[in-house]
Amino acid sequence: MSLLDIKDMRVEFPSRRGHVVAVHSLTLNVEPGEILGVVGESGAGKSTIGNAVIGLLEPPGEMTAGEVYLKGERIDTLDDAEKRRIRGARIGMIFQDPLTSLDPLQTIERQLVDTIQMHLDMDQTKARARAVELLDAVGIPDPDVRIEQYPHQFSGGMRQRVVIALALCADPELIIADEPTTALDVSVQAQILDLMKGLCRDRNVGMILITHDMGVIAETADRVCVMYRGRVMETGKTEQIMGTPNHDYTKSLISAVPRPERRLHRFPLVTYIEDATELGDSFDLSTHWLGQSREYEGEGGDLLQADNLHMRFVTRHSFFAKHRLYLDAVDDVSFKIKTGEVFGLVGESGSGKSTVARMITGIYTPTGGTIRFAGTDLTALKTRKEAAPWRRQMQMIFQDPFSSLNGRMRVRDIIAEPIYFHNMASSKEEAIQIVHDLLEVVGLGAAAAQKFPHEFSGGQRQRISIARALATRPRFLLCDEPTSALDVSIQAQVLNLLKDLQQELGLTMLFISHDLPVIRQICDRVGVMRHGKLLEVAEAEALFEDPQHDYTKHLLDLMPKFVGFRELTV
Amino acid sequence: MAETEATPPTSSSPGWLARALDSDIWYSFCRSPLTIASAVLTLLFFLGAAFAPLIAPFNPFDLASIDIMDASLPPFWQDGGDGRFWLGTDDQGRDMWSTIIFGARVSLFVGFASVIFSIIMGVGLGLISGYVGGRLDALIMRIADIQLSFPAILIALLIDGVARSVLPRAMHEELAFYVLIFAIGISGWVQYARTVRGSTLVEKNKEYVQAARVIGIGPTVILLRHILPNVMGPVLVIATIHLAIAIITEATLSFLGVGVPPTTPSLGTLIRVGNDFLFSGEWWITIFPGIALVLLVLAINLLGDWLRDALNPKLR
Repeated sequence: MSLLDIKDMRVEFPSRRGHVVAVHSLTLNVEPGEILGVVGESGAGKSTIGNAVIGLLEPPGEMTAGEVYLKGERIDTLDDAEKRRIRGARIGMIFQDPLTSLDPLQTIERQLVDTIQMHLDMDQTKARARAVELLDAVGIPDPDVRIEQYPHQFSGGMRQRVVIALALCADPELIIADEPTTALDVSVQAQILDLMKGLCRDRNVGMILITHDMGVIAETADRVCVMYRGRVMETGKTEQIMGTPNHDYTKSLISAVPRPERRLHRFPLVTYIEDATELGDSFDLSTHWLGQSREYEGEGGDLLQADNLHMRFVTRHSFFAKHRLYLDAVDDVSFKIKTGEVFGLVGESGSGKSTVARMITGIYTPTGGTIRFAGTDLTALKTRKEAAPWRRQMQMIFQDPFSSLNGRMRVRDIIAEPIYFHNMASSKEEAIQIVHDLLEVVGLGAAAAQKFPHEFSGGQRQRISIARALATRPRFLLCDEPTSALDVSIQAQVLNLLKDLQQELGLTMLFISHDLPVIRQICDRVGVMRHGKLLEVAEAEALFEDPQHDYTKHLLDLMPKFVGFRELTV
Repeated sequence: MAETEATPPTSSSPGWLARALDSDIWYSFCRSPLTIASAVLTLLFFLGAAFAPLIAPFNPFDLASIDIMDASLPPFWQDGGDGRFWLGTDDQGRDMWSTIIFGARVSLFVGFASVIFSIIMGVGLGLISGYVGGRLDALIMRIADIQLSFPAILIALLIDGVARSVLPRAMHEELAFYVLIFAIGISGWVQYARTVRGSTLVEKNKEYVQAARVIGIGPTVILLRHILPNVMGPVLVIATIHLAIAIITEATLSFLGVGVPPTTPSLGTLIRVGNDFLFSGEWWITIFPGIALVLLVLAINLLGDWLRDALNPKLR
């Protein structure tokens, strides 16, 4: 008898246009002390499994078939009150975002003690003692002091530890962890994963670890269940799935994960998933409008030179100067980007890398330092009119494909806007033609022009963003985490597209990412940032093989050592 | 692929009508009988107001057609009623049914005009306040706060009073309409400004606005082309409910005698005039305009409530 047995589970979401089946006849089991990884891309139905097991499906979703047994006892047919008794007491939950899974208005003590008392028969002092013990177990220093603090006094990683302690309150037999480390930086992620592994082993708790990240699975799970569009593709021991996967989907999914240990010419393409065309041979970009008449002088040398950049934000406003608080988001950063190279900026969240990009593009005005672009000091330009010709030559691709396109405009108008603004087409027909060509170039096809952004998936929207950025025929492209919101398979396609365009059009690129393997695949030179300072700049290969700065070494150590199946690599 | 046409295949993207019929809003509309009823009623009022001269059996403003001998006739089903005047006549012999149709026309016109005035002022100030921020934002929002501490009707009365004392007497009749619209409009801008400011604060940090700035587009165009369409959803909802409030405010002002001139009576004026006769037994002069006002405001309010729920993704 397993700890958890799911037999033939089917979950449906009825909607106006027929039923959406989120999970098709799923059968799986979890043993005590075992970590079962459920991996898949967005829309695979992995979170739905967790919610269905604990009876928290979002209405109108419902489990229409199948059985769920916890230690041989059927739990899916229980009524709401009985299910509530199981949640927390026998099944614990850990959610993705530690910022929102704790009540900001209550101390950690209140939240832990309340939960303990709800499920276990304990008085106040005993419950508190247990809470302190739990905080100690999840690795929070000075637990008896910190227990009296509020969630905002903890960092993201510490908060996730508190969430884990909360899940452990009533000694559950099973824990469901839904993307527990996705919102955390790599250095914190590694610690949290170690912690969860240890807890499961020591307390003999079974865990379902739901994630999209192959690296997390490889490091943590005992067994893996690979899902695709609501169906289980393959289940097996982690080493077997990672090393010798049987199913084509698993193979392509694994090979799409960027390799940290070696630089490849191109990303392996995942054929199984979203259909979008690669940049075909049909377009000879060098003779096309996009490649033509770029009217740039002074080729070679440095295209961009940033000197002593400084950006200070006011974090507390006050009438009196001495009462104001400041944050130095970027502090004395200097670097050069050569014409035609891809320069990477890497760092954890809050390191100031996005702020640098926003200063270069003029969204923020730096509080100090100069930015020279093709020999012109951009910080000295005062009016928008003066800056316009330079704005045209640098464009940006943003992180979130769902907010970077104006939902009220058709794709055609979104892409045509910069063309009209900079008077780059002689007639409306020419502009429309350019838009259609751009859509072809990014692999969407001209028919996309008539549609609205919400009709596209995340990866397709990112292609639209790229088309818009190319519409001004820029020679400098800034990419701010362009793929971190995308699934790995889509990430591979978008990165390939960027790489192709960069080479075909001779673009210079600033590529910002927190993802070291991606940086290694795409960048020529890399700068490492931390707390607003630029610590090290080096050739990409040199940086990865022989890091100089301690922090860089630390980051590289934390990079998931994901060495799996590599048959499909090119 | 060779496509030179300005209108690519439409098959992939259906026309606006098909999209509207397929939308969630239309679906929710069809599933709510109360909403359909209020929509029909509102539509009838609008049509009646628009085609008043064609629909009404009499023209109450045409002195030639009024006969003082017909004064104070009860509705036709009562003793002494006249078949020509369905809802009876007022003290001057005007047909009540016709005056209500013409009165609703005035009420709706003043309501619409003042709502549009409020929207233009409120949305404009809200956009500027949210986008520019800083001291200008603080200034606009403090003015809004101060105004909010006074009841809308008081502000409308105040403006009306000031206008009456400032403008020459001869112009009162002529300008009464515009003063009224201005007075009601200015008392309602705060809601729009606050809502739009809030949405603008959210929208301006979204990446599509930053993308527009990276292209080099100026603040005016960003506000009008990018932010404005994305903050108009809630404004539409407020406007619907505000229309009902504006009509009530107009009726209240007219009832108090500071609204539209009695030569072009609105529903409020009719109620006030009829009020004097209530105790002499001629109830129909005030009750029928009152019922018309209640129906109109209720229908618009229900429509506004439905729209608010239909546009709220949490309630869907």
